[in-house]
Amino acid sequence: MRFERRETHSAALNILAPMIAILAALVIAGMLIAIAGANVLDAYALILKGAFGSRLGVTETLTRATPLVLTGLAAAVAFRAKLWNIGGEGQFYLGALAVTAFGLVPGLAGAPAPVAIFACLVVGALAGAVLLLVPVTLKLRFGVDEVVTTLLLNFIVILFVSLMIEGALRDPLAFGWPQSVPVPDAAVLPQLVERSRLHAGLLIALGLAVAVWWVQSRTVFGIQSRATGLNARAAAFAGVPLGRTLALVACLSGGLAGLAGAIEVMGVKGYVTTDLSPNYGYSGIVIAMLANLNPIGVIGAALFSAVMFVGADSMSRALGIPSYIADVTVALSLLTMLVALFLTQYRVRR
Amino acid sequence: MTRVLELDRITKRFGATLANDAISLHLERGEIVALLGENGAGKTTLMSILFGHYTADAGSVRVHGRTLPPGKSRAAIKAGVGMVHQHFALAANMTVLENVMTGTEPLWRLRSDRAAARRRLTQLADRFGLPVDPDARIAELSVGECQRVEILKALYNDASVLILDEPTAVLTTQQAEQLFSTLRDMAAKGLSIIFISHKLNEVMSASDRVVVLRGGRIVAERATRDTSKEELAELMVGHKVERPQRPPARPGAVLLEADDLHLSGRGGAALNGVSFRLRAGETLGIIGVSGNGQTTLAGIVSGLYPPDRGALRVRGDSLPRHDVPHAIAAGIGRIPEDRHAEGVLGDMETWENVILERLWSPDFAKHGIIRRGAARAVTERLLAEYDVRGARVTSRVRLLSGGNMQKLILGRVLEAGPSILLAAQPSRGLDEGAIAGVHRRLIDARDRGAAVLLISEDLDEVIALSDRIRAIAGGRLSPAIPAGRANAQLLGLMMAGDWETARQIEQETEATDAL
Repeated sequence: MRFERRETHSAALNILAPMIAILAALVIAGMLIAIAGANVLDAYALILKGAFGSRLGVTETLTRATPLVLTGLAAAVAFRAKLWNIGGEGQFYLGALAVTAFGLVPGLAGAPAPVAIFACLVVGALAGAVLLLVPVTLKLRFGVDEVVTTLLLNFIVILFVSLMIEGALRDPLAFGWPQSVPVPDAAVLPQLVERSRLHAGLLIALGLAVAVWWVQSRTVFGIQSRATGLNARAAAFAGVPLGRTLALVACLSGGLAGLAGAIEVMGVKGYVTTDLSPNYGYSGIVIAMLANLNPIGVIGAALFSAVMFVGADSMSRALGIPSYIADVTVALSLLTMLVALFLTQYRVRR
Repeated sequence: MTRVLELDRITKRFGATLANDAISLHLERGEIVALLGENGAGKTTLMSILFGHYTADAGSVRVHGRTLPPGKSRAAIKAGVGMVHQHFALAANMTVLENVMTGTEPLWRLRSDRAAARRRLTQLADRFGLPVDPDARIAELSVGECQRVEILKALYNDASVLILDEPTAVLTTQQAEQLFSTLRDMAAKGLSIIFISHKLNEVMSASDRVVVLRGGRIVAERATRDTSKEELAELMVGHKVERPQRPPARPGAVLLEADDLHLSGRGGAALNGVSFRLRAGETLGIIGVSGNGQTTLAGIVSGLYPPDRGALRVRGDSLPRHDVPHAIAAGIGRIPEDRHAEGVLGDMETWENVILERLWSPDFAKHGIIRRGAARAVTERLLAEYDVRGARVTSRVRLLSGGNMQKLILGRVLEAGPSILLAAQPSRGLDEGAIAGVHRRLIDARDRGAAVLLISEDLDEVIALSDRIRAIAGGRLSPAIPAGRANAQLLGLMMAGDWETARQIEQETEATDAL
């Protein structure tokens, strides 16, 4: 068996590929569900019902999708430029922590809500951007592999977060629980739906997905960052400033991941703990791949992921199947997506 | 005569193209066969099938009467077929002996028998007249020596059939002559040799028999003594291709001046003091075997990196900043050496490739936002004007043939109206028809008053296009000779670094110019 490069790629194939990949992942995960002794179709029906079957389900799914859209975008913009930012998780936490720290600034509590919210979002994004600029500078200066540095920074940041929430930023009113001071009321994101956790962060995430798409396809920076990722040598020959482009990509990517953390803490939790993120940063990588790095596709991929997580929770309550099946399915979908992407590029010949 | 190799009706299809169409070929003991054909004629595909890199769709390969299993290089090596690739497959940080021994001993053997291997290597080297130092590192060797190592590697594996893929592509004329005399010795000692080439001179001088491939089929087979260069040329191309004629130059003011350029550590081989002047309306050809600094020189002129020492002046002034946008803004048009690696981004759309190097220009972007309408209109016009076939404004460039890709690059560069045109290996890998097209564009650009700096390895191209010719060797430029005085022998000497004659000619012509 050999693989030959396809001469042409049809647009339909590019859209079909993720669908088929998700289907394949569901089939494989179905086998696991069957082994665990449940009816596969029932299980998937329950997952869908859990995610969409009620007002609570829908709002929870969308709430869950919000940070995933942002971390997915963070990974997608970086990977487009072949900047392997694996540090979304750390940037997420630092963004969240920065917002609570910024909340201590006197005067913010009294500021009008739009001002406070905007200022907090900027601070969160800045924190993520600065955090990613460190490994990118090391890469540009000394050629240090950013996969290693961004990944390891995650652990450093999480330890730093725990240091802060047990120390300088600890909430004195939390009865000794390790959690940070709360976000000031002025900076809490407004609810979108009454009596739910769904907040305005969803709109920000969706707006940013469109904005990122626009930047990538319509601006000089966008075309330069894509060129850098596709073929750095040709990009350099055409005069693309590689270092500056990568630094900007880092600001955008780290900023989006930091913003995800800021929005999560301003919209859902209200304060930082070390379990603020159920691996949102890492999930973003899967989501970006599943979306084939397309910013609009990220929305769909984040929704798929959110549906699996929210639905699997309720399914597991009904059938006794561990809700880890959601993690397994999403992880499987990454693998099947990689195969599907490969097959859109190559055909199998014997 | 004994038949050592027989290819029987080999057929190989890649997508819609038939790379090899029922090709049958045989080789006798002690014979040298030249496989002649243009790029894309199917020569390399055929040899890759023989050597097991590809599997044929149909047909069989027999060595010494035994059919080889398809797709197994190891079987080909065991049967006594040795291949010397155009791009050497040697590990630069290992010694000659280590490179030769690689793959010849079982993996799980604890101790490798270097002493025996060394004896064997020295014996082979003596027997076939291929002197090398077994302990030299590959990185320290010249290209000619590397090629010798490749041949020895094949012989070490008991090759009785040797295949050389464009063996002279990286050699000077003199080195090539020496290689062929070695090959003739080897054939006299019983080896059988196939060499792939598209150069008529070497085919005529070195082979016993010529097989001409065109469009994946054998179009002719001749005993070398019964044919001529002219006949082979026509057989190879299929029709007569007239390369454009060059009217006399009318040199104007000095547009580009290099003053003692030094650079090491970037772009390839070092430059050790390169100076030249290039006038409007003339073409300066720089000929040289690759790896002598021409890539580095092209990089400096392209604006990719500044020289360590020395200056590059455009109309008497240095660039305000030595980078690509400023080079282009100063009027330097750049045709890169490697179309695929530098010239285009295969996965980007045509219009994006057209504007990528002028994103800084207000023509194509405003406040950081791309003017898509303008970009697409220019691309549309360019595709028509430069006859780029197979491309649409929004299709991806990857799918274009080499010739059309080069037309796109030429169009992108010339559309900006450069006053200085750098053309690095502009016809490398193109077929005769496309070469003629590229040459016409370069001559037109010169005639309209551009200063053309042509960097090439192709003697015929340099002689056909240049008004003055310099050779580059070891990071230095030879004296300039007028194209009228150039011939293959003299250029070969110049490329090898022997500049005595060139210096005399330069002095004579300067003297007559002064009169």
